Amino acid sequence: MGLTILYTIVSLSILGALAATVLYFVARRFKVYEDPRIDLVEAELPAANCGGCGFAGCRNFAEALVKSETGEGLFCPVGGNEVMKRVAALLGREAVAQEARVAVLRCNGTCEFRPKTNKYDGVQSCAIASALYSGETGCTYGCLGLGDCVEVCNFDALHMDPATCLPVVDSEKCTACGACVKACPRDLFELRKRWKGNKQIYVACRNEDKGGVAKKNCSVACIGCSKCFKVCPYDAIVMNNNLAFIDSDKCKLCRKCVAECPTGSIIEVGFPPKKVVQEATADDINLSANKE
Amino acid sequence: MLKTFKKGGVHPPENKLSAHQPVQTALLPKTATILLSQHMGAPAKALVAKGDAVKTGQLIAKGEGFLTGNVHSSVTGKVTKIDEVQDASGYKRQAVFVEAGEEEWMPGIITDNTLDKTIRFEGPEIISKITDAGIVGLGGATFPSHVKLTLPRGKKAEFLIVNGVECEPYLTADHALMLEKGEEILVGIQLLKKALNVSQAHIGIENNKPDAVAHMKKLAASYEGIAVHALIVKYPQGGEKQLIKAITGREVPSGGLPVDVGCVVFNVGTVFSVYEAVQKNKPLVERVVTITGVQVKKPLNLRVRIGTSVASLIEQAGGLPEHTGKIIMGGPMMGKALGSAEVPVVKGTSGILLLPDAVSERSPIQPCIRCAKCVSVCPMGLEPYLLMPLSQQKNYDRLEAEHIMDCIECGSCSYTCPASRPLLDYIRLGKASVGKIIRTRKKP
Repeated sequence: MGLTILYTIVSLSILGALAATVLYFVARRFKVYEDPRIDLVEAELPAANCGGCGFAGCRNFAEALVKSETGEGLFCPVGGNEVMKRVAALLGREAVAQEARVAVLRCNGTCEFRPKTNKYDGVQSCAIASALYSGETGCTYGCLGLGDCVEVCNFDALHMDPATCLPVVDSEKCTACGACVKACPRDLFELRKRWKGNKQIYVACRNEDKGGVAKKNCSVACIGCSKCFKVCPYDAIVMNNNLAFIDSDKCKLCRKCVAECPTGSIIEVGFPPKKVVQEATADDINLSANKE
Repeated sequence: MLKTFKKGGVHPPENKLSAHQPVQTALLPKTATILLSQHMGAPAKALVAKGDAVKTGQLIAKGEGFLTGNVHSSVTGKVTKIDEVQDASGYKRQAVFVEAGEEEWMPGIITDNTLDKTIRFEGPEIISKITDAGIVGLGGATFPSHVKLTLPRGKKAEFLIVNGVECEPYLTADHALMLEKGEEILVGIQLLKKALNVSQAHIGIENNKPDAVAHMKKLAASYEGIAVHALIVKYPQGGEKQLIKAITGREVPSGGLPVDVGCVVFNVGTVFSVYEAVQKNKPLVERVVTITGVQVKKPLNLRVRIGTSVASLIEQAGGLPEHTGKIIMGGPMMGKALGSAEVPVVKGTSGILLLPDAVSERSPIQPCIRCAKCVSVCPMGLEPYLLMPLSQQKNYDRLEAEHIMDCIECGSCSYTCPASRPLLDYIRLGKASVGKIIRTRKKP
C-alpha cells in the first residue's frame, strides 16, 4: 500500500517536471510580445465598447493609442478630455483635447405638426421602412419614429416619446458616441457642441423641399426663407438647398435667429422660459432644471 | 407533360378578375408626368425646357451612359415644368410635366395597326432602334433591353426565352396582350432572334391561360423556330431563372446571368414594344396596365400612356371602392403599396391592385416554430428562416456565405410563413447591405 502511494507520487512528479519543461520551451518559442502599456491604457478607458472612437472595442482603441506616435485623431468621446488626459499622461505625451459634444435630433415633426397621410404596419425598423417608401407623412426627410436609434444607444440616452413619436435625447446620459448618427437612415442626428447647462440652439429640420411644399407637409419645417441667415451676427448659419443649418462651433447662443424664424423650426433648449416656448422644449427645460 | 421549375414555389389564389377583358384604350392624361428615371440605372437627362412644345413620341430625355434608357413624351403639348414629383416609393424624382393638347405624333411614327411582317433590318440596326425607343423590361424589373441584347464578350446565346407566364395573381395585362397582339409578338420574337443571332425561341405560358396557349401555338406554327410551352401554374415562374429552368432544364449558376446558360429572357410586353419600335418606329410611350381588385366595379386592362396618374386609371375602372386599404402598383406578391394615388404610371407598371381594408393589414408577428415551410418554398434554395436573424444581427459574412445575393425577392417565404414573420423585409435589408459591401470590395 505504502509503496503504491510512493510510486504514484514519483511518477506524477516526473510527468509534471517533463510537462513543465516542454511548456517552458514552447512558451519561450511562441512568446508574443505585447506592450504592457496597452493593458494600462485599456484600464483607463470606459469599457463601453461602443465603437464611438471608430474601433471595434476599447482594447482595439488602446492598441491604436499605444501604437500611434502622437495620438492625433484618436479620441474617446465617452471618456472625454479627462480620460484622454490620463491616457496621455500614461503614454507621456500631450493630450489631444476635443470639445464635448452631444447628439441632437434635427426633426420636430410631431403628430401635431406633421399630419399622417398613410399608415405603415410593416416591420418596426426605420432601415426597412425607409428602404420601402418615404414614410407615413408627406415629409420625405423627417423622423420615421420606429426607433432604430433607441435600439443602438448603449447608454440609455435615447427614448421614444409616445406623445410625439419622436426620440428624445437625454443630454445628461449622451456620450456622443455617434451610434445613432450611423443608425438613422434619414441622417437626422448631429453631434453638436455641448454648452453649459445643455443649452442648444439648432434647426430641427432637414427638409430640403421648397418652402411651400415643406410647410404643407409639416408646419414646423424650415422653409429656407434665409431670415435667420440674415440676422445672425456670427456667420454661424449656412443656407443650402432650402435649408438653414446652424454651425454649433460658430454659434454664440444669442437667440436672434429663434425670434426671427417664421415657422418655429429653430429650437432653443435649456434656456429659462422667456415668452411663448414650444411645449416639447418646455418639457426638456423642466427636466434639465430638475436635474441641476 | 406540363413543365415547371423544380425548387420551391407557391400557388396563391389566382384571382385573375380581368382575364378575357379586351385591352381598352385609356383616356389621355390632361397632364402627363413623365419620370426621368423609369428604368434600372442612371436617370435620363432632360432635353426639353419649360415652355417647349413637344409631340407624342418625341425624345424628351436622353439616357447617358450604358445602363440607362431614353424617355419620350407620351402626349402632345407644352412642357409646363421640370420638377420633382413623388414616385411609387414616395421619394422625390425629377419628372417632365407635359400639358396635353391635341394629339399629334412625331413624323415617321406609323400609328396604324396593320401587321408588318417584313424584317428589313440587320441585328445591330434592330438593337440601335430598340435603344432609341427607350425600351426596358416591362415585366417590372425595367432592365434596359438594349443592354440585355448586348451580350458580354465571349458569351453566346442559344435560346430566346419569351415570358408570357404572368405568375402574379390578379394581373392579366400580358394575357390580354397575347390574345390581341399575338402575331405582332411573334414578329417581335423574330426581330429579337435576329438581334441575338439565335435560331430558337421558346414562349412560356402558364396553363391557367389555355386560350393564350392555344392561340400562340396556332400562330407560332407558321413561324420557324418558335415553340410554345404550357407550364404548370406556380409562382414565381415568371422569374427569369425559374422560367429558364422550367423550359430548358438548365440552372443559372449562383451569381451568374441567364446568358451563362445560353438564354436571354424577354417579357411578352417588351417583345411587343420591340415590334412597335422596329417596324413602326414607335417609341415606348404606352403600355398595358391591369386595374383590378375584388371590390373594383370594372376590373379591366387598359392601354395607358406613360405619365398618366394612377388616380385617373382607378376612375376609369369605376372609381375607388369604399374601404380600400391599399393601392398596390404591380401584383400582390412583388408590388409596391402606394402612399398616394397621384403617382404617375411608369414603364414598369404592370397593374394597379386595390386591396380592401380587411386584407391590407399584416398579421401580428409570432415566433418562428422551425417548420421550414419557407425553406421548402424558396425557389432559389435558400433558408429564409436563417437569413432573417442573421440580417437582424448584421452578420454580413455569414449572410454572404448563405448566398443571400441569390434571393430574387419573390416573397414566397413571407407569403407561406404560418407565423407571419417578415422574412423578406429583413432579407432585403441584409441583401442591400451585403451588396454594398461587395461593391466596395470590387472597387479598388
